[in-house]
Amino acid sequence: MGSRFVYVIYIRTTPEKLWDALTNPEFTRQTWGGTHQESDWTEGAAWTLMFADGRAADSGEILEIDRPRKLVLSWRNEFRPELRAEGHARCTYEIETIDGGVKFTVTHESDKDDSELIKAVSNGWPAILSSVKSLLETGDSLAHMRQKRA
Amino acid sequence: MDLVFKALADPTRRVLLDRLFKRNGQTLSELCGGWEMSRQAITKHLAVLEDANLVASVKRGREKLHYLNPVPINEIGERWIGKYERGRLKALADLKRSLENDDG
Repeated sequence: MGSRFVYVIYIRTTPEKLWDALTNPEFTRQTWGGTHQESDWTEGAAWTLMFADGRAADSGEILEIDRPRKLVLSWRNEFRPELRAEGHARCTYEIETIDGGVKFTVTHESDKDDSELIKAVSNGWPAILSSVKSLLETGDSLAHMRQKRA
Repeated sequence: MDLVFKALADPTRRVLLDRLFKRNGQTLSELCGGWEMSRQAITKHLAVLEDANLVASVKRGREKLHYLNPVPINEIGERWIGKYERGRLKALADLKRSLENDDG
C-alpha cells in the first residue's frame, strides 16, 4: 500500500512565480529553512537539497519536468542513516491556475508502508508551503522559516 | 479562514479528520465503515471539509482517496502563534499528552 501524503495550498500568484519560488535558491533560502537546491532542472538531471553549511540534506533525480505545471522528483534522505536506508521516495508538484491564483499540490509518496521518511517530510511541508504563500502574497517569508535548519 | 472554522465546528467532521490522521488516503466506503451514518451524510461532510481545503482528494481509477490536508490548520497557527512560542507550546502539548494520555 505504501505511504503517501497530499498537501494542497491556494496562493494568489502566477504558476511561473510559484515555480521560481520553489526552485530559485534566493527564494528557497528564505522559505525552506536556509536550504537551497542544486539541479539543472532538466529531465534525468540530479537534484540535491543543500543545507546552508554545504551538506546534502536530500538528493534524487528529476523524473519529469514541465515548467510551470509539474515536477516529479525522486527523493532520498542523505543525513539520517535510518531514513537514507529507505531509499528513494517520490515527490510531485502540481500547479494549476485557478481563478485569482494557483492551486499547488504536493504529493510525497513511498512504496514502503509506514515510511519514516514520509513521516519526517510531512512535518516540514505545511510550514514550507505557508512560508512560500506568505512570501509570494506579501513579499515576506515567515521569520522562523528563514532560520537555518540544522 | 471562515470555511476552516465552520468545517472544524462540527464533531462528525473532526472525527473524519481524526480517522484520516490515523490512516491517510481512505476511500468513501472506508470512511463510512464503523458508524451509523448514511453514506450521503458522510459525503456531505467530506464536501465541506474539501471546500475548506482540510481534505484533499485524489482519483485512483474509479475510487477517490481522501487525504488530511493540515496546511490550513498550520496557517491558523502561523497567524496567532508567535514564532518564538512554537517550541514552548510543543513542550506544553507533549506534557499535557503524557500526563493525560489523551488524544485531545
